[in-house]
Amino acid sequence: MRQYSQLEQRLLNDFQHSLPLSPTPYADLANELGVEESTVIESLDRLQREGVVSRVGAVFRPNRVGVSTLAAMAVPEEQLESVAEIVSGFEEVNHNYERHHQFNLWFVVTATDAARLQEVLQEIGDRTGHEVMDLPMEHDYFIDLGFDLKWT
Amino acid sequence: MDMRVDNPAFEKSLIDVISQGLPLTMRPYAVIARQLGCSETQVLEVLQRLVQRGDIKRFGVVVRHRKLGYRANGMVVWNIPDEQVRELGCCIGQYDFVTLCYQRPRRLPAWPYNLFSMVHGHDRTEVIKQVDMIVEQCGLQHIEYKILFSGRCFKQRGAHYAQSRIKTEDVSIQHEMAANG
Repeated sequence: MRQYSQLEQRLLNDFQHSLPLSPTPYADLANELGVEESTVIESLDRLQREGVVSRVGAVFRPNRVGVSTLAAMAVPEEQLESVAEIVSGFEEVNHNYERHHQFNLWFVVTATDAARLQEVLQEIGDRTGHEVMDLPMEHDYFIDLGFDLKWT
Repeated sequence: MDMRVDNPAFEKSLIDVISQGLPLTMRPYAVIARQLGCSETQVLEVLQRLVQRGDIKRFGVVVRHRKLGYRANGMVVWNIPDEQVRELGCCIGQYDFVTLCYQRPRRLPAWPYNLFSMVHGHDRTEVIKQVDMIVEQCGLQHIEYKILFSGRCFKQRGAHYAQSRIKTEDVSIQHEMAANG
């Protein structure tokens, strides 16, 4: 991790949820930061190329398009990798990872509708021989104010 | 394409384009408008509406925290009495190091937990300290909970819906931040 300039630190921390919806958002940021618009654009471009910024834009509410769920399975350690491979093979699975718990395989399944979602869960259960725990979101209590990076 | 801005198909194409990120040029919405064959004003109008409706949770710089040294995350699962979930969920969801706070169904007897939150830190010790702080400040001393740290990541990418590629909180934040905690 390299050292970030003060401008970069502010770009990363202060505008996670407050990019102005105006025709010239980068000029607006530049104005607020007291720098040239081209400096803002170049800095964001560099941060994006380095991968620190994934994108400038919108974070959508879950299930805005299609349906999704979080699913978990309790898999014996020695089978984990092979079961994970089967799960990852499903086009509808977009995130699949291990967690340290009896339920050790967690994955997010998305589909165009609820029926297809259930079909996929059923198929994963059948093909792996392990029961799939379906944990759809019921309420969202998260207030997204961005993530304070606490530069020191 | 029907260019009325209240047309759901138009909204969907705009969401598709916008989820790939805003172009880094002086008039980014004009670039998107050209792609969609509409006006810059129309693009901004629809985005404004998506924000007002809550379909867009936030609009801004989306940071990959893991690249900045936030390498640990714990999925903290809580078993909270149903009548208190809303109140305590809102309490847990307000911390800036918490990025998700969802109520999900219990699956008894194997799974008694009904609230899921993602807590981030530079390392596991920091995550545990932050969870202690939540317990203390939200008054959760009698609530059963577990911290599930992440291990290997087997697959991660944005969600695909039919022909479109949409990033939601569920997949983008989780997958950008969840691996290797």
